Amino acid sequence: MDISPLGDCGMILRIRDTFEDAPAEVLDEVLGYLELLRRANLPGITELAPSYTTIAVFYDPRALAPAGADPANVYNDLAAALQTALANGQVRLKRWDSNAIDIPVCYDEKFALDLDDIAHHARLSPQQVIDLHAGADYRVHCVGFTPGFPYLSGLPRELATPRRTVPRKEVPVGSVAIGATQTGIYPMTSPGGWNVIGRTPLRLFNPKKNPPALLCAGDRIRFRPIGREEFESLMR
Amino acid sequence: MNKDNAFTVLHAGFLTTVQDLGRPGARRFGVSPGGALDGHALRVANLLLENEETAAGLEITLGGLRMQFSSPRLLAWCGADFDVKIGKAPLSPGRVGLVQAGEELAFNQPRVGCRAWLALFGGIEVAPILNSRSTDLRAGFGGFDGRPLRSGDVVPLAASPPLNMSSQRRIFSWSAPAEWAMPAKAAPVLRFVRGAGWPQFDASAQQTLTSVAFTVSPDSNRMGARLDGPILRREDHGDLISEAVVPGTIQVPPNGKPILLLGDCQTIGGYPKIGHVITVDLPKAAQLCPGQTVRFREVSLSDAHRLLLAREAELSRFSVGVSLQS
Repeated sequence: MDISPLGDCGMILRIRDTFEDAPAEVLDEVLGYLELLRRANLPGITELAPSYTTIAVFYDPRALAPAGADPANVYNDLAAALQTALANGQVRLKRWDSNAIDIPVCYDEKFALDLDDIAHHARLSPQQVIDLHAGADYRVHCVGFTPGFPYLSGLPRELATPRRTVPRKEVPVGSVAIGATQTGIYPMTSPGGWNVIGRTPLRLFNPKKNPPALLCAGDRIRFRPIGREEFESLMR
Repeated sequence: MNKDNAFTVLHAGFLTTVQDLGRPGARRFGVSPGGALDGHALRVANLLLENEETAAGLEITLGGLRMQFSSPRLLAWCGADFDVKIGKAPLSPGRVGLVQAGEELAFNQPRVGCRAWLALFGGIEVAPILNSRSTDLRAGFGGFDGRPLRSGDVVPLAASPPLNMSSQRRIFSWSAPAEWAMPAKAAPVLRFVRGAGWPQFDASAQQTLTSVAFTVSPDSNRMGARLDGPILRREDHGDLISEAVVPGTIQVPPNGKPILLLGDCQTIGGYPKIGHVITVDLPKAAQLCPGQTVRFREVSLSDAHRLLLAREAELSRFSVGVSLQS
């Protein structure tokens, strides 16, 4: 498997080159290898974090080169240990809960800042866009960018919309948005270039909860359209 | 709150936050490790006081900070070339100072660099969130109410035992090496290792990165330093699939202007990574100010490790030295 350095305290393990053609399969494989590495519990590894096609492996060089040892081989030795663990370990595909997590979304024009642009690009009516968006099944591939931000697959191809040429300085908290073939939810007001299609009243990140992120890699989700009234009552 | 173990912020300055060594282990929730942008400086300041190196202190940006203590407290700081005063007496970086009850501590504007880390005996006593007392400014949690300090804040400190003669003596007895106490440089050269995106740039872009000075843009913060200067062109323009980035990553967006990521950077990014500034040079990176120039020099990954392990060995010796003094 392809392993390359990520600075001097990390490495990137490339599981696949692309994910768009078989997102569910790639996701299960990435999470399978992630679990394998967790079980392998290799010394010196401090943290593992998945993204779409890769796993980031973080290590502490101090733990890998005991006092007096030549640090020249820190990286190569750890990469070799990883390869051995990957070759000898068994990838067990976790069976995910087939129930999807329900994410209420208000597609009201007040929140759907770019619905018209998305509809125009897809040559569909705004209502058709909403129906397509809320009719699909999504999976969480990873959480990143900002705390709690889920990177999702499952966006119907018709809805893929290029990122805005000028990113917004502030995308409002809860915005559900489309960036090319990806879709995600902004857990906090932050800059961003994706096209906003609606807003969820759910809180996606709460540092005082364990786990702090509402969604985690592997989860299935569906978007459920709600009206302004339900949005306001859920916000309370 | 017991005001005996606290300080009051008289003037918060440009940007002052509570930071420790950050919260590794939470990347899978999208939480960046954050913490002191120069963790080494905070560790050194803590070790001078015989604090745990993970004790929370303050990160001070561009100065203008004035604070008052209600009881005597030992403290130490490292970082930019700040003019720091306890009352009227200057306190040099990398030395231990004692502030008396009612006395003021002031960080005036730095001459070189922009950030400093202040350790206080016992550490700042805010509740840890996700295993750290660091302030996450983007997500607004941790530290002091998840926000920068404001004038009037009363910040709790760990109880300080009465100062005896031996702790008084320590004030003058020990100092940190100069390059740890004050790592800021007027025209720094940052060493880097190649990133996964290196081959996507042509030879002229690669040469530009290693030979030309870049200027730090005003649009820089704890997430990253944006660099103006020559444009780094990419050979192919295919979209990349988002993957992990780390503090030190030099990423190049389509406009060709590199961004050097710092401690509060996002955990995942989609721009090509031309290189990564090595861990031992992150203290210099943490001092980059708008308008300043910076250069890059390539080193091998084994050299990066050799330098890091050598510094850690030196820090262990320093820590032992400090504890033998008291």
